[in-house]
Amino acid sequence: MGPYAKEELLACVIARQLGGARHAAIGASSPIPATAAFLHQHKDAAFRVSLQQRREANPLTEGSRELFDLAGQGRVDVFFLGGAQIDGDASINLVQAEGRRFPGSFGSAFMYPIVPRVFLFREEHSARVLVKKVDFVSARGHPAALVTGKALFSWQRDRRRFRLESVHPGSSAEEVRANTGFDYDVSPSLGVTPEPTQEETELLRTKVAKQIEKDYPDFARRVWG
Amino acid sequence: MLALPPDYSLVAMEVVRELIRRKAKGLRLLGVPILGLSADLLIGAGCVAEVETSAVSLGEAGLAPRFTEAAEKGEIKVKDATCPAIHSALQATEKGVPYMPLRGLEGSDLLTNRSDWKSQADLVLIPALQPDIALFHARWADDAGNVWVGRRRELATVAHASRRSLVTFEERKPGDMLEDELLAPGVISSVYLSGLAPAPRGAWPLGVAGLYGIDDTHVSQYAKAAKTREGFRAYLDEWVLTPRKSFSPA
Repeated sequence: MGPYAKEELLACVIARQLGGARHAAIGASSPIPATAAFLHQHKDAAFRVSLQQRREANPLTEGSRELFDLAGQGRVDVFFLGGAQIDGDASINLVQAEGRRFPGSFGSAFMYPIVPRVFLFREEHSARVLVKKVDFVSARGHPAALVTGKALFSWQRDRRRFRLESVHPGSSAEEVRANTGFDYDVSPSLGVTPEPTQEETELLRTKVAKQIEKDYPDFARRVWG
Repeated sequence: MLALPPDYSLVAMEVVRELIRRKAKGLRLLGVPILGLSADLLIGAGCVAEVETSAVSLGEAGLAPRFTEAAEKGEIKVKDATCPAIHSALQATEKGVPYMPLRGLEGSDLLTNRSDWKSQADLVLIPALQPDIALFHARWADDAGNVWVGRRRELATVAHASRRSLVTFEERKPGDMLEDELLAPGVISSVYLSGLAPAPRGAWPLGVAGLYGIDDTHVSQYAKAAKTREGFRAYLDEWVLTPRKSFSPA
């Protein structure tokens, strides 16, 4: 690991995937995707970021109902989803597994098939999270990519199968394989995820940190002090 | 059925605490579209039989511990939904139609579990839902019996769709807010409201935009305490069951 926080690296990995996007909506409890979206906005000023639970100056004046209406019309083209479990078919489970109860599906069942570029994101990369088959399908769709704490996977739409594209610094292809419960392909040009550039870390620690701290105070304190 | 807003959208927490003090039983909660602290308190205190919601979570403070345990032990019935389905079900009632069509949802097990949701071609028909009571908090109430919720206009949909709406408010405003062009768009008209009560800082430890924010420290202290039944009981004793002069933090 270099002189950057893990969260900063992951935000950079996601931000680099957002080229050409118009409008990202950020749902509940997603500080790293929110950080990524604001970072990308500094490269593309026309890129709009809507935090659904923004506490002040929230752009949604009809709450989450308006968010889903925006998405239904195609006015949102980027959304992020996580999962207590994510499987090799790109299905996500936010409800229950092995007797354990999770918060619930939120808007995922609607957003996943509707929004053109859905990114799956889960920091924990383990065989417990990345399973062969989820116990409950909250939502299913075609993701734009899967980003974890160890790696970046692309999605092969025709084959319904993930492909490992890059492994984050500090991890290895073997470690990723050993901690992934589903089978996947490997890119012939598999590489190491590029570290945050100096420009990226500077932006993150100044302008982006300011944008994030209002709505994710605990996260901002943990990452940026 | 009691409809409640999420933690970020004007929750009548003082009424939630009063329901616990009065030992309410067998409540059926509807999360519009998700729930947080309010539901976790009611569930932990044994007031709830059933929850229909798209999620129960304490946001940045993590899982809702009393909901999680009660669901895992089968002490409450959970009807899982997804946010836009709940909005659609209320909008159907608002319009007086039997159902609303919704796109998406293909491949989700929610469809299998919800026999009341009917797939038709690539749409899902969501039946109208009429809560018995909508409960929320407002910044102002006026002499004409209207309330002001500002940009939280999704609360209007809940009020329109519910048989009765009970609203607590921070401050009284003289006159009729509907006569003020700037205030009127944030107003829910008295035609939808059945009961109003003053409750200064009534949303605490949640927030009222522009007045006081969510007390994040308190919510994360709750999340830690409520991990065990004993911790939860101690929280109730300190913050809910013991009479206090004020909920203003020191």
